[in-house]
Amino acid sequence: MYIYDQYDQKIIDQRVAQFRDQTVRFLAGQISETEFLPLRLQNGLYLQRQAPMLRIAVPYGLMNSTQLRKLAEITRVYDKGYAHISTRQNVQLNWPALEEVPDILAELATVQMHAIQTSGNCVRNTTTDQFAGVACDELEDPRPYCEIIRQWSTLHPEFAFLPRKFKIAVCGSTEDRAAIHHHDIGLELLANAQGEIGLKVLVGGGLGRTPAIGSVICDWLDKRHMLTYLEAILRVYNKHGRRDNKFKARIKILVRAMGVDAFREAVEQEWSTLKDGPTTLTDEALERARSFFDAPDYAVIDGPAATAELDAACERDPIFGNWVKRNTLSHRMAGYRIVTVSLKSTGYAPGDITAEQLELVAELADLYSFGEIRSTHEQNLVLGDVPMAQLYPLWQRLQAAGLATPNIGYLTDIICCPGGDYCSLANAKSLPVAEAIQARFDDLDYVYDLGPLELNISGCMNACGHHHIGHIGILGVDKKGEEYYQVCLGGSQSKEASIGKILGPSFKQEAMPDVIDTILSTYVTLRQEEESFLDTYRRVGIDPFKERVYAQAH
Amino acid sequence: MPRLIKDGAVIDDRWQPIDLDSDAPRAGQIASLEQWLNLADKAGTGVQLEPAEEPDTLFPHLHEIALIVINFPVFTDGRGFSYARRLREHGYRGELRAGGHFIRDQLTYLRRCGFDAFQMADESGLEAALASLSDFTEFYQAAEDQPLPLFRRRAEPTS
Ligand code: HEM
Ligand code: SF4
Repeated sequence: MYIYDQYDQKIIDQRVAQFRDQTVRFLAGQISETEFLPLRLQNGLYLQRQAPMLRIAVPYGLMNSTQLRKLAEITRVYDKGYAHISTRQNVQLNWPALEEVPDILAELATVQMHAIQTSGNCVRNTTTDQFAGVACDELEDPRPYCEIIRQWSTLHPEFAFLPRKFKIAVCGSTEDRAAIHHHDIGLELLANAQGEIGLKVLVGGGLGRTPAIGSVICDWLDKRHMLTYLEAILRVYNKHGRRDNKFKARIKILVRAMGVDAFREAVEQEWSTLKDGPTTLTDEALERARSFFDAPDYAVIDGPAATAELDAACERDPIFGNWVKRNTLSHRMAGYRIVTVSLKSTGYAPGDITAEQLELVAELADLYSFGEIRSTHEQNLVLGDVPMAQLYPLWQRLQAAGLATPNIGYLTDIICCPGGDYCSLANAKSLPVAEAIQARFDDLDYVYDLGPLELNISGCMNACGHHHIGHIGILGVDKKGEEYYQVCLGGSQSKEASIGKILGPSFKQEAMPDVIDTILSTYVTLRQEEESFLDTYRRVGIDPFKERVYAQAH
Repeated sequence: MPRLIKDGAVIDDRWQPIDLDSDAPRAGQIASLEQWLNLADKAGTGVQLEPAEEPDTLFPHLHEIALIVINFPVFTDGRGFSYARRLREHGYRGELRAGGHFIRDQLTYLRRCGFDAFQMADESGLEAALASLSDFTEFYQAAEDQPLPLFRRRAEPTS
C-alpha cells in the first residue's frame, strides 16, 4: 500500500497544527460558528444529535494493521470503544469531544492517517473496488490512480469552497464494485481500440434527493491527462454550479441544466489551457504510484491440491464450508481466497466494530493476509490475500468474535446509515429497522434461497445509506411528526445501474418486516428458475409487488 | 487610511475604493467591472470583480491593468479562487487583491491561487492573520506559488 515520504508527512502534520490553532481560536471565541463550520467539516468533524462525529479518511478503503490498532486505541481513549465503517469506506467515531479532536488527528498522523476533506464542500475521499489488485475480473489496479487523485485533491487551493461536496470513484474491473455511475465523477479504466488502457470519464451521477446516473463526457482519456481533465471539470463546476440553493448545488444539477454536450464543451474549453501543463502526469509519477501496489510476496501454492484440501475441510465441517461459500471469493493467485469479514450480525448496527474486534482483525491480517485490510462501501472489512490452508484457523477466530456471519451479498448484509439514533438530519431511525429485518429473516436457508440481494436503508433523503440503489431500498420519511418508511424497488449499483422506483405510500416501523416479507414471497412466487430478485423485478415490473403489499396492508 | 496585507506585510492602501455613483473613476481608483468596461481612459484605474463576473472580459487588457480586486461577499463562495487562477494563467502580473469577507484561514489557498494582496473586512486581525499565510510550506499541487506539482519534484522516483 502507499507509504508516506517526508513530503506527505509534513503536509499532514502541518494540517494538524493548523486545525489545532483553529480549534483554540474557536474555543476562545475568535472564530464564529459560521466561520468554523467549513474548517471543522474539512477536518472530518460534524456536530451531531448526541455528540460530535468524526469521519476519518480511509483512502480508497485500504488500511494496514498498525492503522487498525491505532484506531482501536483512539476509540478507547477518546470514544466509547467502537467505530463505524461508512458507506464511503471511511471510519466514523460517534462520540469524540471537540476539544480533543486535534489530539485525535495528531494520533492519526503518526500512522499516516487523517480526516482531511471527509466532509464539507470539497473533493472527498476517492473510493474504489474493495477487491482491487486481487479480483479476477480486473483490467488494471485502480489504486495507483486513486492515490494520485488523493494527493492532487488534498488541500487543493482552488477547490476547497465548491458549491457542494464532490465525490470521485474509480473502477478497473468488468464488474463495477465502486458505484461509479453514482458519483460526481466516475472513472473507469478501459482499453481503446489499440489496446492501450485509459480512462472513461462519467460525470453527474449521484444519490441524495435527486438521484442521477452519470453521463459519459469522455470515452477514452490518456491517463497522463487525468489530473488536468479533472481540474477542468472541477473548474467548470466551481464557476457555474449553483450556489443559491444547496439542494440544487451538486454537479448533477449543473450537467442536467447545461445538457451533457454543452457541459463537455465547457470542460474542453477549460481544459485547453490546462492540457499538457505541469499537472500532466509523467511516466515516473505513474510508475511511482504503481510501485506501491505491487503484488505481495505470494507463496507458490499448488492450486488444485489446496482446493482439494479446502473442499475436504468444508465437508468435514459444514458450518465452515458454508462460510467459505458465502464469505470468501476466488483470488487471482492459485491457492488464495479473498475473505470478507462480516460486520452484519443481528443485534449490532451494520458497520459497527469494537476496539477488540479491530485489534483482532489487525492480528489476523498480520497472520494471514500480509497485514492489509480493506473497508467496503457495503460496510464490511476484507482480508484480501488469505492462503486457502489458513482459512480454517482464520474462520475459527472470526467466528468466536462474531465476525463470521455467513451473509455477504445476501438479504441480511444490510447497508444502513446511522439514522435518527445519531444523525440530526434524520427523518426516522434506520438502525432498528435493519435489526428488525435481520431478526425476522434469521433462517439462513431461506436467506440463501433468496439469492443475491441488496437491501439499503437511509434515515432521510440525503441517502447516506444508498437506498436508491438497493434492490430493495428503505427511506425514512416524516409524516406529521411520525416516523414512516417508504420502500423502493429495483435499484442497482452495477454497470447496468438503475434507480429504485417507489412502491407506494409509506409504512410504520412495526410493519416493515412484514412488508419486506411480502415483497420477498412475491418474488419467490414469480421467479423463474435461478432468476435473481433484481432480474425478476426487471422482468415483471413493480405492479405485482405493489398489489400484494397493499392488498395485505389494507 | 485603510490597511491590507501585501506581499506578506501589512501596509497602507493607496487605492481609492469603489464608488458606484461615479461615472468616470479616475487613475488610482477602483472601478466596478461595468464602470471599467465603459471607461474611455482606463489608465491607472483598478477593477473589481464580483462572484458572478467571470474575468474573461478582462483578458484582452491584462497587460495594462494595475489592480484587479476579486470580491468575496461571503467566504464560502469559492468562485474567486478559480477566477484568480485563470487571470494568472492568462498572464496577468499586476496586483491581485482579495476583498470582502474571506477569512484568514483561507489565506494560504488564496495566495496559492495567485492573490498577492488581502484586504479583510475586519482590519483588526490583519497582523495576526499574517501567520496564516504560512500554515503550509509543502504542497501537492502546482499553483501560482509553486509551478511544479509534488510528483515532478519528489527527490527520486522509485526505480
Ligand atoms: C451522522 C451524520 C451524517 C450527516 C449529518 C450526513 C449528511 C449528509 C448529507 C447532508 C448528505 C447529502 C448531501 C448531498 O446530496 O448533497 C449526505 C450524503 C451521503 N452521505 Fe452522509 N451524513 C452522515 C453520516 C453518513 C454516514 C455514517 C455515511 C456512511 C454510512 C454517510 C454516507 C453518505 C453517502 C454515501 C452520501 C451519498 C450521497 C451522495 O453523495 O450523493 N453519511 N450525507
Ligand atoms: S441519510 Fe439522512 S439520516 Fe441517514 S445519516 Fe444521512 S443525513 Fe443522517
